[in-house]
Amino acid sequence: MFTKTSPALDLVYFLVFAAAVLTMPIWLAPIGAGYPDLLQKFAIFGLFATGFNILFGLTGYLSFGHAAFLGVGSYTAVWSFKLLGMNPIPAAVLAVVASGVFALAIGYVSLRRSGIYFSILTLAFAQMSYNLAYSVLTPITNGETGLRVLESDPRILDGGGATDGPLISNLFGIEMTGYAGFYFCAVVLLIGFFIAQRIFRSPFGIMLRAVKTNQNRMTYTGLNPRPYTLAAFVISGMYAGLAGALMCITDPLAGAERMQWTASGEVVLMTILGGAGTLLGPIFGAALIKYFENIFSAFNEQTLHEIFGFLPDFLEAPVVAVSGLFVGEGWHLTLGVLFMLIVIFLPGGLMEGFARIGRVLKRSSNKSEKSGSATAPAE
Amino acid sequence: MSLIRKPLNRRSILRAGAMGGAALATPTIFTSRAWSAGYLNEPTGSEVVFGFNVPQTGAYADEGADELRAYQLAVKHINGEGDGGMLNTFTSKALGGNGINGKKVAYVTGDTQTKSDAARASAKRMIEKDGAIMITGGSSSGVAIAVQSLCQEAGVIFMAGLTHSNDTTGKDRRANGFRHFFNTEMTGAALAPVLKNAFGTARRAYHLTADYTWGWSQEGSIKKYTEDIGWDTVAAVRTPLGAGDFSQYITPVLNSGADVLVLNHYGKDMVNSLTQAVQFGLRDKTVNGKQFEIVVPLFSRLMAQGAGENIKGIFGSTNWNWSLQDEGSKAFVKSFGQEYGFPPSQAAHTTYCQALLYADACQRAGTFQPCAVKDALEDFDFDGLGNGPTLYRGADHQCFKDVLVVKGKEAPQSQFDLLEVVEVTPRSQVEYKPDMADVQGDLGTCNNGA
Amino acid sequence: MDVILLQLLNGLDKGGAYALIALGLTLIFGTLGVVNFAHGALFMLGAFCAVTFNKFLSLEIVTTDPTKTTAWGSPLEIRTPYIEVYFGDFGAWVLNYSVPVSILFAIPVMLLVGFIMERGLIKHFYNRAHADQILVTFGLAIVIQEVIKSMFGANPIPQSAPELVRGAADVGAVFGYDPGIIVYPYWRMVYLGFAAAVIGAVFAFLQFTTFGMVVRAGMADRDTVGLLGINIQRRFTVVFAIAAVVAGVAGVMYTPILPPDYHMGMDFLVLSFVVVVVGGMGSLPGAVAAGFLLGILQSFASMNEVKAVLPGIDQIIIYLVAVVILLVRPRGLMGRKGVMEN
Repeated sequence: MFTKTSPALDLVYFLVFAAAVLTMPIWLAPIGAGYPDLLQKFAIFGLFATGFNILFGLTGYLSFGHAAFLGVGSYTAVWSFKLLGMNPIPAAVLAVVASGVFALAIGYVSLRRSGIYFSILTLAFAQMSYNLAYSVLTPITNGETGLRVLESDPRILDGGGATDGPLISNLFGIEMTGYAGFYFCAVVLLIGFFIAQRIFRSPFGIMLRAVKTNQNRMTYTGLNPRPYTLAAFVISGMYAGLAGALMCITDPLAGAERMQWTASGEVVLMTILGGAGTLLGPIFGAALIKYFENIFSAFNEQTLHEIFGFLPDFLEAPVVAVSGLFVGEGWHLTLGVLFMLIVIFLPGGLMEGFARIGRVLKRSSNKSEKSGSATAPAE
Repeated sequence: MSLIRKPLNRRSILRAGAMGGAALATPTIFTSRAWSAGYLNEPTGSEVVFGFNVPQTGAYADEGADELRAYQLAVKHINGEGDGGMLNTFTSKALGGNGINGKKVAYVTGDTQTKSDAARASAKRMIEKDGAIMITGGSSSGVAIAVQSLCQEAGVIFMAGLTHSNDTTGKDRRANGFRHFFNTEMTGAALAPVLKNAFGTARRAYHLTADYTWGWSQEGSIKKYTEDIGWDTVAAVRTPLGAGDFSQYITPVLNSGADVLVLNHYGKDMVNSLTQAVQFGLRDKTVNGKQFEIVVPLFSRLMAQGAGENIKGIFGSTNWNWSLQDEGSKAFVKSFGQEYGFPPSQAAHTTYCQALLYADACQRAGTFQPCAVKDALEDFDFDGLGNGPTLYRGADHQCFKDVLVVKGKEAPQSQFDLLEVVEVTPRSQVEYKPDMADVQGDLGTCNNGA
Repeated sequence: MDVILLQLLNGLDKGGAYALIALGLTLIFGTLGVVNFAHGALFMLGAFCAVTFNKFLSLEIVTTDPTKTTAWGSPLEIRTPYIEVYFGDFGAWVLNYSVPVSILFAIPVMLLVGFIMERGLIKHFYNRAHADQILVTFGLAIVIQEVIKSMFGANPIPQSAPELVRGAADVGAVFGYDPGIIVYPYWRMVYLGFAAAVIGAVFAFLQFTTFGMVVRAGMADRDTVGLLGINIQRRFTVVFAIAAVVAGVAGVMYTPILPPDYHMGMDFLVLSFVVVVVGGMGSLPGAVAAGFLLGILQSFASMNEVKAVLPGIDQIIIYLVAVVILLVRPRGLMGRKGVMEN
């Protein structure tokens, strides 16, 4: 992250990223990820993690309650569908506003503490939101079943009443499912990424990094870090709310378990896994976890036998048995092992791995004679 | 590295024709809409793909595993392998053991994690990527309702797995969704008369209820029917899902004047609250001159194992139990037991039936088109699937059949022999009107997805 | 009044469980400076030591009776536990006391697990960011959990308390209340006593041994202790192993109350973190005090009278109290300045 930057380089960086995101349906197809729902998830959780990274990656404040903002965004979006109509634009705008206000309140209180005390405060607020949404607040959240749009809802802008088609969010006639939904999410992700990139390079971003590096020194120079961190907290809460709204735009249902601590933990893991403080890392981390969740869990004995069918019989059975532990119902195990391997061998997350590969390539192209690649040092 | 290569291999195999040719290689909503002919995921090759969406991680993972076993067995039987199981006892003889409509059944699996979001993502993968024509499975009502409405929007049939809340075929019923499992209304109607015989009419009940929609649904039904037989409800206390230690909710029961404790819990909550209630000596108490009793309205043998000795003598209801002696049940237990070495659970039974019923409906309809299959399932009368004569009611897509009232067995013969059937409540006694208050809903119109 | 007394008992019991888990967690925080997300998994491993021990004791001779068959046609199996075959009454006695006896089994196992974890993994993370510690220990927790799941399945496995302490005692009668109003399970009282004993033992160990003194000094100022030429690293290993044992035996003794399943560690994890932080980072008395405080408050918040006024309060009370305490007392009940604040 301390490599040379310039506006021109940033623009190239952004354009390459944009091209990569928009062509995902093509280049992700060979690994089984080229279908709309997973692509939407990549974009949505990439956005969520990007926003989380603005707080955690820059200021070092580790929030363990960001899922609450995702949930608030989701509920706001569905209520917007129910009351206003199925247009995604007001839903997204209202979700950002609502989650921003919610983040302002929680951030204002939580940021009075730092370190793990801050983490536990955010966790406590999120868990309270989750528990209440699941039970007492059921009239607003529809509890376990999740909030959905019903035929009987007013939907003022749509004219209300019964519709002939299914209740799917649509942008002036374009239904936000399938690839159309993905491209909507992708465009929002690109906007979010662009803003994040601007923040990273701005004086505001430098100020946030200063908070991470040495808050005391910053205070001594007469600057009050609180407004900066609060701003970062609110911005990242808004990202989360927007991600929550996108989840509902592509699939109009908001469930309480989106706010559970495991969901908050997931975005933390995504960010660290990809590389906290880097622009692209959290997006990679999000994609990796979602890929495992959706593809590895879908393997069963039948598919394994198809895969290993080329092996001789005496080998096939044990290979299928062993690999069966890591896929299907064992996909969590693969994820756990992956977390450990990455953090042990790549302290900076996936981005560190890419950087190392880049360095090795550069070195070998400089010294064409050089033999043997640098192995990752064991920590 | 092998981890990363697997999906590549899998894809190449899928492409090589296991799924039936190039037409199915991109079976997405997107492309099918572009053709706008036929219906979503219309099978064009020699195979038809079912989507088995079951919990593989989380608290219901064992139940999910049993559901998956049953599905695999059902696929075998439909494709003509194995001993045929309940196909031999099923009254509809449309299926001939050579697949459905001349196509062999293939399947894909996924993990619901017992979370609505994950379950919907998994179902979408099956629909968008794998070309599944039907989604089935699940072990919770929240998930069932969420996936059911997804299938309605996408335009495939959903055959619900284990879901007991009234809402699934009540206020959240959908034209594309069908449920074989029973619900809290039927539990209440079947259980109350048995409770009346066993414990009398002058009882005071205390409810502990899991604080979410299924818990409320069950609390409501049990209250309604026990109050009809003259019981009082002293209190109904809501407990947080996954509370773990229920002691703070159990102690107030002691001096509330109640003489029956109703545990509206399922899964881990049920195991924990029952274990702890027994530990607090509730079953040794005498209140109002009567023996204190505990009732667990929805029993699951698989889960009851976790409560060990504590379930002995406790009344509840279940959708099916492997000890039933009708021809269908015997055939299923034999087939399942020979395949896996232990008897099937009620979750396995209901999912096996659902797979069979769907297959049969497609065969009778002569097509996989969701609306035609729906018409074939609606008001379908059948027998031979272990629950006696059964009706798939067209008005709400709920199966009506006999309900089992069971009791924890005092002297089990084996580790699987936990429940004894006290009474088979006849279907006529548990039937209700589809437009009864609390279960009113709108099926909407069926969706072919194209 | 009787209701209050009962809920106080409940609260003490809950508090004992929270305090035991939090104690080990805060030991690791305070001395090693490591955020251990695998601590819940250690608790779960302890519980499964009891399960394994019980399974081992109930290993059975399986004979088949060819004259009878199961419902699916294979011969009926007749099972007799080995231990009763070989040891007769003594075998039956051990089986009855399998939960408390399995502590003897759990202690060496947990020591070994703690030792391997610290030497093999945790020690490489002393100087890494807390975020990295979270990721690696969380990954480890998932791995442990999945291994247990593949061995024992996902369903809870019941463990019974010894027959002697299986029922409930009429505590109220002792204090002159009507009989049958204030009853409390024997096993929960055993658990409370056990928690008190373990907490006392850990405190005594830290207070009265040289080793404990060094550890306490290390908690106060690790750098200075290192400068004094004391090999703090080796002591870290021991501290970690002790923390693992405390979590493990807490898990063993909890099995008759909560039938263990592979996920129970995660269910306790968040709660134990809240307890530790409310107690104050690096403070052992703080963790114990917070454990009991939160346990008791949770019990009182679940009373029908309270819930009638504030619906849903029992769902959020722990978190609400945590927020209030952290806002009133910046470093929890007894935390020190500078520990885990950045």
